[in-house]
Amino acid sequence: MKGIRENMEENENKNQAPLLEVKHLSLSFSQYDRRLKRRTLPVIRDLSLTVKKGEIVAVVGASGSGKSLLAHAVFGILPYNARMEGEIFFQGTCLEEAFLKKIRGTKMALVPQGISWLDPLKKTGWQIRNGKNKKEDRERCRELLKRFGLDEKTAEKYPFELSGGMAKRVLLASALFENPSLVIADEPTPGLHPQAALAVMEEFRKMADEGRGILVITHDLELAVQTADRILVFYAGETIEEARASDFFSEEKLRHPYTKDLYRAMPAHGFLAENAGVQPYVLKREKNGCLYQGYCEKRCEKCLGEIPYRKSKGGYVRCIFGEEEERNYGTGSERFDISLS
Amino acid sequence: MGKKTAFRLGRQLLRAVVILLLVCFVSFSLTVISPIDPLQTNIGQAALGSMSPEQIEKLEQYWGMNTPAPERFLEWLKGIVKGDLGVSLAYRQPVTDVIFEKLSNSFLLLVFSWLISAAAGVLLGMIAGAYRRRLPDKIIKTGCMVLSSTPSFWVALVILLVFSVWLKWFPIGFSIPIGVIAEDVRMAERIQHAVLPAAALSLTGVASITMHTREKMIEVMNSDYILYARAKGMGMGKILFSHGLRNVLLPAVTLQFASVSELIGGSVLVEQVFSYPGLGKAAVDAGIGGDVPLLLGITLLTSVFVIGGNLAAEILYGLIDPRLRKKEEVSKT
Repeated sequence: MKGIRENMEENENKNQAPLLEVKHLSLSFSQYDRRLKRRTLPVIRDLSLTVKKGEIVAVVGASGSGKSLLAHAVFGILPYNARMEGEIFFQGTCLEEAFLKKIRGTKMALVPQGISWLDPLKKTGWQIRNGKNKKEDRERCRELLKRFGLDEKTAEKYPFELSGGMAKRVLLASALFENPSLVIADEPTPGLHPQAALAVMEEFRKMADEGRGILVITHDLELAVQTADRILVFYAGETIEEARASDFFSEEKLRHPYTKDLYRAMPAHGFLAENAGVQPYVLKREKNGCLYQGYCEKRCEKCLGEIPYRKSKGGYVRCIFGEEEERNYGTGSERFDISLS
Repeated sequence: MGKKTAFRLGRQLLRAVVILLLVCFVSFSLTVISPIDPLQTNIGQAALGSMSPEQIEKLEQYWGMNTPAPERFLEWLKGIVKGDLGVSLAYRQPVTDVIFEKLSNSFLLLVFSWLISAAAGVLLGMIAGAYRRRLPDKIIKTGCMVLSSTPSFWVALVILLVFSVWLKWFPIGFSIPIGVIAEDVRMAERIQHAVLPAAALSLTGVASITMHTREKMIEVMNSDYILYARAKGMGMGKILFSHGLRNVLLPAVTLQFASVSELIGGSVLVEQVFSYPGLGKAAVDAGIGGDVPLLLGITLLTSVFVIGGNLAAEILYGLIDPRLRKKEEVSKT
């Protein structure tokens, strides 16, 4: 059985390796506490995801759950006291330093959170072109500004002269400058009114339709449901569920009790927020067992043990109640084909 | 140039004039209450003893000791308005001539050390900030701590001791070689004489620039836009040059222009140590010798430098930081 699975994965690597594949990523910080003792703060634990061409994958989690660090990890810009475990692959090649340095900014681009990610003393045009100044570079810059509905004069402006929405679009233009095949957006929508936020998400849809892979890290579940293909629910540093966006249209299709709480908390489903906002602080988390056990109705003794991350209803869930179904999904290679169904 | 710009300039100018007037008044008052007897210091107790009372009275007249202070001050002010700084009592030459001569000696020194301390300070600060908590930072930081807690005259003395007395690389003093006619002095010799005083002067200024630049550099290195530049694949060298330098420059410029006064103050001490016949030494001599016109002239000139420095800094802010420039443009229209 295992042999077959490996075989299939190999085939997949050859034919169509996913643009981005994160395998068992764990992140922790070393820190000194008040008594100057070094301690380790685990921020992300065992995160796996894939992004393929033409799809939008959304990682949804509450603020402060450490999800931004996922993007930082992919781009190799983690702070010096961060420790990373696990592997990240780009089109089947492991992202070690030399390869990463070659492709970041060109084959994969980051859309950062906001205006503070622009140098306040440089004109936006310079920052979109990343300092390049050939004729075709300026032409490309103009093109991109036009694509995102910005005036040509925006290139001559300084970041402080941009509105929040303009800055977002400048960052989008900046990401597409080198025509990357993978775009990772870190919280692209806060600070925008709902319509503008939706417009930004639609830009990502367009990028995906051009054949790019998009990973959106966000706290806005509703927007993600509206625009993404797959959604990973991030809770207290762990991915607890991977679902199709369409699963969020009915509660039965969802897998994890927390996701179901999130579902009920959505305005369209009655705003019944009970536990949707809670998450245990890093240091107070249980070493073993389910992180949601303190709030879960179904809690039992098994929740204190190791919780596997396994397939369920065509997605993934980290819950002992997540029944493993064979149905017609067959072997593990289906993992990347969820969006098809 | 709108009406508002003209108005602003006028206000700045008026402010500068008021400051200068106050500086004149305060420094004049200081010379009045100073216990120095110009006759005793300039002529000497022994010479005075052998003079007749008439001669002494003539001398007292010359040094203005019998005229009441307010009258002297007003007299001097009247001259200033006409552009006449008066005549130096010790040199028996117009103050402007004396100042010009001394300044041309000092100018090389001041400009050199000002530029060196700015360039070195920014460079060292950027290195220390970029390599925070690592070896280069530790070395630079320690050096700065030591330097800034050391008085400049002592630094000057140590430099003099090491490089002139022990190593004999540089002359021990003066601005030109001894026993050579001023016209025959070569530029190389002038520079050779200025190196040590300039080094001593810039060393005292470099510490604060370095530490402030370092602090700003740390802030810049921790900023999101540096992270973003790295995520965009920019190399470290390009990041430092295109994002780091400009953002770091603002505090350095502020400090360097505001420290013009410190530079001149430092030159007083350093020139004294190196017997360098510049403006600083002239100021000390004028102060000790009771040469009021010269002292006031020098004070006035240095105040103009300081005010000019601050003004230049203000103009440069706008050039470096577009946020300040645009704000002004908006408020102008």
